[in-house]
Amino acid sequence: MTINLKLNGVEHSVDAEPGTPLLWVIRDELKLTGTKFGCGVASCGACTVHVDGEPARSCQTFIEDVEGAEITTIETIGDTPEGAAIQQAWKELDVVQCGYCQSGQIMSAVGLLQENPKPSVEEINDYMNGNACRCATYQRIRAGIQRASEILEA
Amino acid sequence: MTLKTSRRGFLKSAAAAGAVLMVGLRPDGALAAGSETAQLNPFVKINDQGRVVAIIKHFEKGQGPATGLSTLIAEEIGVTMDQIDYEFAPSNAELYANLFFGGFQGTGGSTAMANSFMQYRQAGAAARTVILEAAAQAWGVEAGSLDIVDGMVTGGGQSAPLGDFVAAAAQLEAPAEPVLKTPEQWRLIGNPQVRRLDSEIKGNGTAMYAMDVHLPNQMVVMLARPEQSGGLVASFDDSEAKSIKGFIRAATLPNNAAVAVYAENTWAAMQSRDALSVEWDLSAAETRDSTQIKDEILAALEGDAEYNVTKTEAGPMDQAAQVVEKTFYFPLLAHAPMEPLTCTIEANEDGGVTLHDGAQMPTGPHMALAQILQLPMDKVRINTMLAGGSFGRRATPNADYQVEAALAFAITDRTRPVKLVWSREDDVRGGMYRPAFGHKVKVGLSAEGEILAWEHRIAGQSIMKGTAFESMMVHDGIDHSSVEGVSDTPYTLPGFRVGLTDTQKATSTLWWRSVGHTHTGYAMEAMMDLVAKAAGRDPVEFRLAHLGDSADAKRKAAVLKLAAEKGNWGNAPAGRSQGIAVHKSFGSFVAEVVEISGNPDDGVQIEKVTCAVDCGIAVNPDVVKAQIEGGVGYGIGHVMRDEITLTGGVVDQSNFPDYEPLRIGDIGAIETHIIPSAEAPSGIGEPGTPPSAPALANAIANTGVIVANLPMINDGVEFA
Repeated sequence: MTINLKLNGVEHSVDAEPGTPLLWVIRDELKLTGTKFGCGVASCGACTVHVDGEPARSCQTFIEDVEGAEITTIETIGDTPEGAAIQQAWKELDVVQCGYCQSGQIMSAVGLLQENPKPSVEEINDYMNGNACRCATYQRIRAGIQRASEILEA
Repeated sequence: MTLKTSRRGFLKSAAAAGAVLMVGLRPDGALAAGSETAQLNPFVKINDQGRVVAIIKHFEKGQGPATGLSTLIAEEIGVTMDQIDYEFAPSNAELYANLFFGGFQGTGGSTAMANSFMQYRQAGAAARTVILEAAAQAWGVEAGSLDIVDGMVTGGGQSAPLGDFVAAAAQLEAPAEPVLKTPEQWRLIGNPQVRRLDSEIKGNGTAMYAMDVHLPNQMVVMLARPEQSGGLVASFDDSEAKSIKGFIRAATLPNNAAVAVYAENTWAAMQSRDALSVEWDLSAAETRDSTQIKDEILAALEGDAEYNVTKTEAGPMDQAAQVVEKTFYFPLLAHAPMEPLTCTIEANEDGGVTLHDGAQMPTGPHMALAQILQLPMDKVRINTMLAGGSFGRRATPNADYQVEAALAFAITDRTRPVKLVWSREDDVRGGMYRPAFGHKVKVGLSAEGEILAWEHRIAGQSIMKGTAFESMMVHDGIDHSSVEGVSDTPYTLPGFRVGLTDTQKATSTLWWRSVGHTHTGYAMEAMMDLVAKAAGRDPVEFRLAHLGDSADAKRKAAVLKLAAEKGNWGNAPAGRSQGIAVHKSFGSFVAEVVEISGNPDDGVQIEKVTCAVDCGIAVNPDVVKAQIEGGVGYGIGHVMRDEITLTGGVVDQSNFPDYEPLRIGDIGAIETHIIPSAEAPSGIGEPGTPPSAPALANAIANTGVIVANLPMINDGVEFA
């Protein structure tokens, strides 16, 4: 089937079977590899993208459900104020280690700041619970979100 | 791993002709005289724009060598961190061997900085020397009057970018023993303001991992493997797979270990594999339950030990006023790095191949590909890419996943690149686990609370036996990685005797972040607390009383005291419990105080972890802190609730929902204090892990539950 979607502001017409995860369309068809495959069952968050402005696990988002949707990935999230602030904070604090989960962490963190500009530690822990980091960079993720919040406030 | 140091003739510097200055070790080890024929594989190269590139011989899985080794080069040359780039070295064991791995190129055992510290500083210093000489000749001044600061050659009232002298410097003979900068001159080494060089690309999606390889016309291969390890393909039926869009073909690998499914893309490969029907020959497969494996290990702790490791006499246990005895069990564990295993092989125009891989030990896959594809070694190239974590999993002595890719590539016409992809399920169920181990520790105390005898029995599966590392790590039958952290403890323990018994391999095993210390650190430090309490003594004071005058004992005592001080030991806020542990591994010393709230019945919450570390010179202090934070999280994350279990040889777990990773809310703040040191750098990727779990166990013990049977949920501990 043919699906029309808008990825990072660009219209695409994609030929894919129903049931194909958005993740594989983004990675294998459209060749944007910043969005990562970690588990395939929406359990690690490495594949997080924004669908119409809301964070979604692209490995469990099926292509037939995003007809006409606007998809944003890590490659352009820096164009949003929250994305730019998170990326700046991530660099200042050297949040990353292996980095493989960090696209997903950042996409979720941006989602959090867009709905809650000044989250508490508990609110961060709740919101970010589905994004696993095997390097355990969690305390820097918390600090990075709080730093980004400051940057946005300034 | 503790590995023997076989230090080769050190850096010989050489300069190549042209506008690129390269300094490194030449294949014949001789000093090159700046001739056009010098074939160098350098540690550093500089172009005439003054851009410095550090060639990193260790792979980057997040532990920081790309930044660390670049820091050494930048420091010695005299450029800023903004003026240096890095690239990963090609696979060439002659040039880039790990000095601790006996001719093997690779990363592991927390050795990256330890074995590169002098090598990379010398390479940078040699480059500085020839640039200054070239500038001195151009300006007609003494080289000694010049210096390079922030990439500018300055002195004698003149100043010019270092790139201006690169062409001339390349014609000069580099010194065999370049003069290194002294610690007083360091501006980058030890500077906590230095940032990682890979932060930006890992934050904007442009970092390229092996999973991100998309070569023109590539096929994605996934393998249908047996559920029980050791099973072989009897037959398969791919008729249903043929209806899947993007399916290309299915074929049994030449070693019968799996059926390879070839597809146009990853999703098609996944679906095609699901549609495959395979009959397995399980006659040689593992069919045991993990409970049987556990029973075998616990039985091996009784009776006579296979090996008397310490060769010491037993202490007078029969004279003890009280005996403290505990048996500990450590289950199989998977590594589960965030990036599932993957690599890609493509044919080159010269008839050879290139492997694109987050290659942790390039020499292994290099040799394996040459053999399987029947190519000379120089026709196999390895493009080392960023790795999405490893924790030991990518360092396979048998190059397991690269061999799979090579076999899958070998049975094609080799015109299309083959990208092998593992799913998370393949990873969790795919073996290569931290082996299960048991410890039985019996300590006799005098009426005064002094140790009279410490009998320590260990049983489990050897990691090293049967691998290329056996000759280095196994002596007199004793696999050092089974007993490290016990038999070589810096504690002074009267009547200390260690016995080891190997048990049958239940499944394929592999080193897992901190190797033997994953269990030995726990057994030692949980036991120290039990013994201290039995003796009626404070756990910190009791440990210090058993740390004597050896250099190791003093360093261990120093981190213990610092962690106790910074962690406010003995003064936990109301409603909280503390536990402490200290352990030496990979040459470094780490002590940790874990503070928890709650209790095992209603739920334990890990509120705070205070760490003190002595890893010698901390080249990048912030990376050191990050590695301690990660090491703590990795250790604690697994002992809370993770284990791999088998039913009839089939792995019961399959993905993160049932092999639950540490989550952000599981652990509070981690604070790390670094002991200033002039000692050579030692390991940092692994040493944070061993003390974390016993420190947590000791905190939980203070609420009334002694956890000796891991993971902790198996001993009835609930987590909030």
